[in-house]
This record gives sequence, C-alpha cells and structure tokens, in this order.
Amino acid sequence: MAPMSFAGKTIELDADGNLANRGDWSDDLARELAAQDGIAELTPQHWAVINFMRTVFEKDGDAPSIRRLTKESGVDTKMLYALFPKGPAKRAAKIAGLPKPKGCI
Amino acid sequence: MRDMLILGGGTAGTIMANKLASALDEHEWRVTVVDGTEGHYYQPGFLFVPFGIYRMRDIVKPRRQYLPGRINFILSGIDRIDVEKKTVQLANGEPLRYDCLIIATGTDIHPEQIEGLADEEWGQSKFDFYTPTGAEKLGQFLKGWQGGKLVVSIAEMPIKCPVAPLEFLFLADEYFTRRGIRDKVDLHLVTPLSGAFTKPTCNRVLGDFLVRKGITVTPDFDIARVDNQEKKIVAWDETEVSYDLLVSVPTNMGDPCIGRSGLGNELNFVPTNKQTLQADGLEDVFVLGDATNLPTSKAGSVAHFQSEILFENIMEHIEGRPATAHFDGHANCFIESGFGKGLLIDFNYETEPLPGEFPLPGIGPFKLLGESRINHYGKMMFRWVYWNLLLRGVKMPMKAEMSMAGKRMQA
Repeated sequence: MAPMSFAGKTIELDADGNLANRGDWSDDLARELAAQDGIAELTPQHWAVINFMRTVFEKDGDAPSIRRLTKESGVDTKMLYALFPKGPAKRAAKIAGLPKPKGCI
Repeated sequence: MRDMLILGGGTAGTIMANKLASALDEHEWRVTVVDGTEGHYYQPGFLFVPFGIYRMRDIVKPRRQYLPGRINFILSGIDRIDVEKKTVQLANGEPLRYDCLIIATGTDIHPEQIEGLADEEWGQSKFDFYTPTGAEKLGQFLKGWQGGKLVVSIAEMPIKCPVAPLEFLFLADEYFTRRGIRDKVDLHLVTPLSGAFTKPTCNRVLGDFLVRKGITVTPDFDIARVDNQEKKIVAWDETEVSYDLLVSVPTNMGDPCIGRSGLGNELNFVPTNKQTLQADGLEDVFVLGDATNLPTSKAGSVAHFQSEILFENIMEHIEGRPATAHFDGHANCFIESGFGKGLLIDFNYETEPLPGEFPLPGIGPFKLLGESRINHYGKMMFRWVYWNLLLRGVKMPMKAEMSMAGKRMQA
C-alpha cells in the first residue's frame, strides 16, 4: 500500500495498510492511525488494549485474537467492540503498529 | 523397548502410524495409537451428506482396519499429557509412558461457545454439518424444507476446511435448483472475514462465484449471540441477520485434553514450530494436522504434507540429531462449485492460491483457481485415494513442498 507521511517522515505500509516497520511506531503515530480509522480519542482503555497487544506480539510474534484479548487483557468482548468497532483485533493491531493477526486462514 | 505414542487416530495420526510402523524396528519400538472412538470418518464427505450425495455409511470405517497389525491401538479418551514425566494419562487414570509423542488430536466444533446457539432449537432450525449427527439431521430437514432464508454463519476463525462453508452454499444452490424451488430459497453467507476467503486473489474469484450464483455475503460479522425467539443472529456491534434455517459453522477448538494439560492456546490449539512441527519448547513432542496453531488451513491435505516432513524429523530426532526438515505450510484443496464442477487451490505460508494449472503425472493437469469438470472428478475420486493410498502412507505423486510449476503470478 502507498506509504503515508507523518511528522515529516515517510512511513512504509504493508499490503493490509498496517505499518511495515514496527520501529516507526510512536504514541503520536498511534493517535494519528486511530484518527484515520475514525477513533477520535484514545482513552486509557484503548491504551490498555494497545499495550497488551504490543506485549503479546513481543512475546509470541503474532497479535492476539479477540478471544485471547477478552481472556487476558481484562477488557470484555462487548467493551472491545465499543472501543474498536468492527473487528477489534484487526483495528487495534493496526493502531498498535502491528501486522494483521495471522489467526484467520 | 522404546515407546512411540500417537494421540489421535484420524487422518494425521493414521498416516503417521502407517509410516512409522514400516520404518521402526519392531524389537526396539512399540507404536501405540490412542483414540476415544471406533469410527474413522472421511471428513470431506460430511459436506455431501445433507444433499443426499453420500450416505453416512459411505464415509465411515473402523479405525483399526487402517492401522497396521503391529500397532497397539487403545480405545480410550485422554485425560492429560504430562510433559515433565513424559506420560499420558488415559481417561480411566491409567498412565502411558512415551519416548516420543505425536499429538494429532484434531479439532471439533463447540456450539456452546456462542450464546443461544446450542440450547434451544439446535437440530431443529439450527444445524451444523461438521459432525456425523449434524450432517444427517440437516439432510433429513432439507428433504422436507419448502424454502425460506438459509443463512450459513461462520462463528470465528480458524475453522476446519475454510472453503467448506462456500462449497455448502454452491451445493445448496444446485440442490434447490434441481428440486425446482431455488426461487423460494434465499442463500446467505455471514462471515467474520472481510470477504469469501482469507487471501486476496482467491477471495476475488470465489466472491464472483457467490455473486453469479445469487448468494448474498455479509462480511465482517462477528457473531455474539443467537436470538431464538426472533430467529436472528446478532453481532457484537448489534447488527442483525434474520434466518429461517441457520447452518452454523461454530467455534472450532482443539481437544479439551490439550487445555487440561496446559499445552494449548486460548482455543486449545498447540503452539507449534511452523517448520519443524515440534511443540514449542519441547523436543520430543511433535504436533500435526488440525491440532496445531499453524497459520495454514486445517485440512487433510495439510496433515498429509506435514506427515512427510514429520516423518523425516522424527527419524532424525530418535537418532539423536536435530530436526532439519521444514514444513512450508503447503495446502491443496478441491472446492466443489456445484453442477458437476469444481476448483482447485494450492498454496503455502507465503504464496496465496494463484490461477494456472496444477500438473499431476498421469491424471492432471487440474485447473487452478478456475472451474472445470476434471476438478470435480478429482474431488469425488479422492475418497478412494484417501482410504486406499493416503491413510496407508503410500508415497503419492505430489511433493510435500509447494511448487510454483504451472502457477501464474498476478500483476
């Protein structure tokens, strides 16, 4: 996908539109990615999910599924969909600067 | 005497038992297979049962018949695996020790994971076609059904055979056309994916098929519950789809014994090294087939290709060398498209299903990602191949590694 520019830098994106290089990620870029995706403000609950996703990715090399998010992040499924409407795992992964979760083949 | 213990006597476990029975010295190795049931089902056949194309007795045989005489077969459930003590505790508490363990316990559907799915009306206006009972009950129901809105609902990924829900709809289109009531049947696919399939080229081709056959797709639908009174499925974001007949593909999970052993992820699938097929962090435990968490299809073809790699790695392992054979994620699936035609897709971890031709000495070529009659015959012929060649571990004219021969790259 065509790269985006942010804070005077060119940011490469992968085929799904997620960050190609995780090193480009920052809190500010997360806010920008969220805004582009229609989430105007990242609340502490959003950040709890984003940080949980990044921790799991560091450890396992893949972003967690919704089922795992519900089980381990302390945020229930209903709330996850309220925070990240239309597919929390996919959208939160994008904002967290991670590739799309591999779970679905 | 050393012990090679295989948990599960389905496609993956049976192939491995056959390969190892001929390779391992009988005086040095005892090979044991544990499974909780007697019947071995040809699972790709479940799809055809609701439409009366196969009867259940056409697709089930005794497990023992497909295991060589030297195999010690134990008919029992499994309580748990203890990787510290290198033992497996059977359902009756009896322990079995192992020197090398193969986990091939598969996956099963869990309708109770979706609120309102399994309780009322299950088997009356809501069915599955992934179990013998489900497929048979749905078949009986369809015979008397005079039309309405048929919704195929995929609960969450991963599922066994991700193309089966599409094939079900293609076959339903043909079935109702032949019965002369296609105009009275509304066919719908409701899926958590963003389209018909997970990979872009295949998604486009299969998406076109759905449109041409008048099948409506509701993508990005994450089912939260079934409202049995109103007969509708409701997503987490409160969007709804109503139905008269719900054909559900419920949550797929690995065997509960994996969860009890603390060896599984949130769906009881075993985290597995995607190349060597060893359970993460465990050198003497190998995993194959639907039981793994690998990012490839849960399908018999995958179990077959994995078995070739696993066999090499196990032989290396028992000789005290590190496992060096690498699985590439290869999957190969016929897709029934109805009216005597089918498609074939061939892909791996890195390469999505591409169009072209699939060369197979003596029989092919089969058309890749395009419809043809020979693909349909390939699918129907495969039942014979399964029972007579595949399960017996006979070398097939197909490589475990995916080949690019005949495939056309997309612009």
